[in-house]
Amino acid sequence: MSEQLIYELSVPGRSGTRPPKLDVPLTALPTELLRDKLPLPEVSEIDLVRHYLRLSQLNYSLDHGMYPLGSCTMKYNPKVNEAAASLPGFTGLHPRQDEATVQGALYIMYQLQEQLKEIGGFAGMTLQPAAGAHGELTGVLIMRKYQLDRGEMQRDTILVPDSAHGTNPASTHMSGLRVVEIPSDERGNVDLAALKSQLSDRVVGLMLTNPNTLGLFDENLLEIIELVHECGGLVYGDGANMNALLGIMRPGDAGIDVMHFNLHKTFSTPHGGGGPGSGPVGVAEQLVEFLPGPVVRQAISVEDEFPYYTLHTPTQSIGPVKSFWGHFGVIVRAYTYIRMLGAEGLRRTAEHAVLNANYLLRRIEGVYHVPYNRLCQHEFVVEGHFEDAPEVHALDIAKRLIDYGVHPPTNYFPLIVHEALMIEPTETESKQSVDHYAELLLKIAVEARETPELLQEAPHNAPVRRMDEIRAARQPILRYVPVDSR
Amino acid sequence: MVYVPHTEAERREMLAVIGVESMEELFQDIPAAHRYPQLELPEPLSEMEVMQELQELSAASLNANEAPTFLGAGAYRHWVPSVVNHIIGRSEFATAYTPYQPEISQGTLQAIFEYQSLICDLTGMEVANASHYDGATAAAEAVIQAVSASRMKRKKIIVSPYVNPQYRQVIHTYTQGMGLEIAGEATSGALAELVQLVDKQTACLIVQSPNFLGELESLEGLAAEVHARNKKTLLAVATNPLSLGLFTPPGAYGADIVMGEGQPLGLGLNFGGPYLGFYATREKYKRNLAGRLVGQTVDKEGQRGYVLTLSTREQHIRRERATSNICTNQGLMALAAAIYLSTLGKQGLRQVAELNYQKAHYAAQQIDALEAFSVLTTKPFFNEFVVQCPAPAAEINEFLLNGWMFDIIGGYDLSKDYPDRQNQMLLAVTEMNTRTEIDDLVHALAGFEAHRILGGDHE
Amino acid sequence: MTIDENARYLESHEWARKEGNLFTIGISDHAQSLLSDIVYVELPEIDDELEKEELFGVVESVKAASDVYLPLSGTVVEVNEELLDAPELINEDAFGDGWIIKIKADDKDEWKELMDADAYRAFIK
Repeated sequence: MSEQLIYELSVPGRSGTRPPKLDVPLTALPTELLRDKLPLPEVSEIDLVRHYLRLSQLNYSLDHGMYPLGSCTMKYNPKVNEAAASLPGFTGLHPRQDEATVQGALYIMYQLQEQLKEIGGFAGMTLQPAAGAHGELTGVLIMRKYQLDRGEMQRDTILVPDSAHGTNPASTHMSGLRVVEIPSDERGNVDLAALKSQLSDRVVGLMLTNPNTLGLFDENLLEIIELVHECGGLVYGDGANMNALLGIMRPGDAGIDVMHFNLHKTFSTPHGGGGPGSGPVGVAEQLVEFLPGPVVRQAISVEDEFPYYTLHTPTQSIGPVKSFWGHFGVIVRAYTYIRMLGAEGLRRTAEHAVLNANYLLRRIEGVYHVPYNRLCQHEFVVEGHFEDAPEVHALDIAKRLIDYGVHPPTNYFPLIVHEALMIEPTETESKQSVDHYAELLLKIAVEARETPELLQEAPHNAPVRRMDEIRAARQPILRYVPVDSR
Repeated sequence: MVYVPHTEAERREMLAVIGVESMEELFQDIPAAHRYPQLELPEPLSEMEVMQELQELSAASLNANEAPTFLGAGAYRHWVPSVVNHIIGRSEFATAYTPYQPEISQGTLQAIFEYQSLICDLTGMEVANASHYDGATAAAEAVIQAVSASRMKRKKIIVSPYVNPQYRQVIHTYTQGMGLEIAGEATSGALAELVQLVDKQTACLIVQSPNFLGELESLEGLAAEVHARNKKTLLAVATNPLSLGLFTPPGAYGADIVMGEGQPLGLGLNFGGPYLGFYATREKYKRNLAGRLVGQTVDKEGQRGYVLTLSTREQHIRRERATSNICTNQGLMALAAAIYLSTLGKQGLRQVAELNYQKAHYAAQQIDALEAFSVLTTKPFFNEFVVQCPAPAAEINEFLLNGWMFDIIGGYDLSKDYPDRQNQMLLAVTEMNTRTEIDDLVHALAGFEAHRILGGDHE
Repeated sequence: MTIDENARYLESHEWARKEGNLFTIGISDHAQSLLSDIVYVELPEIDDELEKEELFGVVESVKAASDVYLPLSGTVVEVNEELLDAPELINEDAFGDGWIIKIKADDKDEWKELMDADAYRAFIK
């Protein structure tokens, strides 16, 4: 099964649209600046629609079935979110319009800021970052500037546990800071002795993913935070795994100073095949003025019958991290989700996310080795490797799951687990759906011994077979080149 | 409970399998003092109630699609063909994740490959990535590409003051820990003056065309001048992609990086986002390119297919040595842009670009004919130009919005970013502005003059 | 697994071999096997002057990108341009056709500080 490229469907002279007629007198074009050729495809609307429909059919998506990618929180994306975000008074607003004409939109942003502050236990919130990694960069820049502004020029180090998302060290490096990695102990917690040995007045802060990428809540969380605070450092919380904590614990209450949320994970906005995401950042009181601007403020005025919302740039801001104030379309979806659920619904979301993960873990443990086997949070990690089937790897198990019509878990992450399969069912999967997934994993474990080649050759019935990634990387073809100009 | 399907009986059964008595027991690792906080959030609503509230909020703002709008300055009101939102709304695209499993993600992968190809064709470049967050972050990534290509040895960058101020601010934010020297913003913005700043330490020169004032910069020969002063300095050009339907692309003038805001390519205004940072560079820099890249290859049976490639540069493998921390792209927005470019195609894009050009020029001529207003833009421009006004732009906009017989959304007040440009307004005219709308704007501006002369202004 | 008895090694798995006035530099057979299929090699420029243990290039496989460090301070006099089209030469012959650069060393004493073949053999055990 394959689909031609849109260029290959092109027929000279066709067009999928008819622009309006010119209704003003002609002005001469500056001929010396005009381009001579524009090699875009020429297709009719029906060709185009069929092309994209056929392409869509080559994708697996969340609306097809279970998508338990660890650390990605692929929960159901409610359709009311889409209806809300497509309302004309949201899609049609120009970001540079006068504040007085966009009060409805500013109200939503203000409310979402307040709601996320409440959910996370923070004093300030920016909705500007475009994604989780972007939120991390924002957070690290905030921590850096806070330390510099209070005269701690010697602080140049960010501590990152070895179980962290790879974006943590990358964000740190982009901020011009040094990364020091902290190992995990045998229970999957941050190794306290190793942490203590690195604490000094060079520490800007610690970046902590909690629950961590093993799906485990750090049993020494409060002690870790206290230790870092004692040496003058800040604690960054990677909120990628916030789905386990909604209404269960507010990271700010535990002393986390900065945290990014992932609206596209925890708050049910669609992932879009890799974006747009949204990564709001919440901060403790002493960091509020370092947030990127603008943020929305409610103008307090006794005379006004209605509150008035304004855009405001914090006084010691690190500066904006993108144009305007964030992915407003995503913000509307997350706001809608929180309005649908309320406090009670959010708590039940976390509870069932954790219930599903622990249940699936119990159903497959013993057959799959669980390197850190204790109560997990919203996800867990097993080894995708069997001693008596040495030729079968985590990748083969993942590919075999595709044959059975479900999406594989995250594999080969976190790096600290050999042949890792990282599984996050999310709360929106029913017991039946989780049971089905468990049964597939158990069946594949049997196949691994009996018919390993079935796994190694998988997938057998996907639109394409395994791809030659070495060829793609050695001689990259990154764009369409017409045959006659090759 | 809306999105959790479990029944009470199922819950009990699952807890028993886990070996705990209650939900709360699952959270025994959470410090007891902080467990189960009372969240002060509004009561949950039904879908009907939520939509009623949101419809009211939607109606509480002035929709720029329902008023004559002449506001641009980095975000533009254009016609979005119906097919665009129809296709990007499909679950198969919208509810998929980053295509890590190529066998079941060929739809997303091929669409991105087509997007990369279309961006290359449009910009006249050789390699495009799968996108950045927006134009401003794409500009910052250009700086990072240039500086890291020099292995952090060349630490000076030169930026024209007429690069979109938001792009310039984001460059400052991104690079604040890198110890860079950022030059050029205090110059007149003349290309000759900027080129003079290129020296041995310079990683890149960034200009924009059409620039923030709407003018087309004369890029002819610029790359050669830059490279003559330092062959390793990269020339990065931010551009409005729709203008490339008509004008020679920066790639043809020898730019090393071409990037900018992709919003004009089929994305709604959406109050500032999500937008699209398009980004293209030269073949020789393909392995220095941040963000995701899709490449063509074959499967084990020799069938053509697509994969994410050159991903070892990325953070999940290289960690602190990564080219950039960027993780997602703007997948769905890149898809929208690809659909837009394919729908309009070769002829359509040129026609729409020309409509923008013609209407903007008509508007400029009419406004320039007014006594109290004059057009300051003297270089060729695309769909935006600068008007010298008889009063602060904010005051004129207030009049257009509230003092005229109907709402008009006026232009951008340039004094916000350029304090010496008092009473200057940047007006954008697109294919969406009918001649009637343009004539109304001109009448309203004439009305503003009369209103002032009659002493009816606010002072 | 082969080890070149005439080469000397860094702990980061680069080797150096004396050839006349010059030193040839590459990565060990052990390192290439850890990386698996190599897809790209980023080379320094001729005349680059680099310090011992300074980064001089990157070797990328589908799985990993590995920075490569110089065993001896010196000036780059030759780079193996064949690797640009055929990076798999490192997989096939890490100590031969898969060499990466040749340098003119600044300080011949640095050579003595490197691990010899026996020490490296013990190191990777």
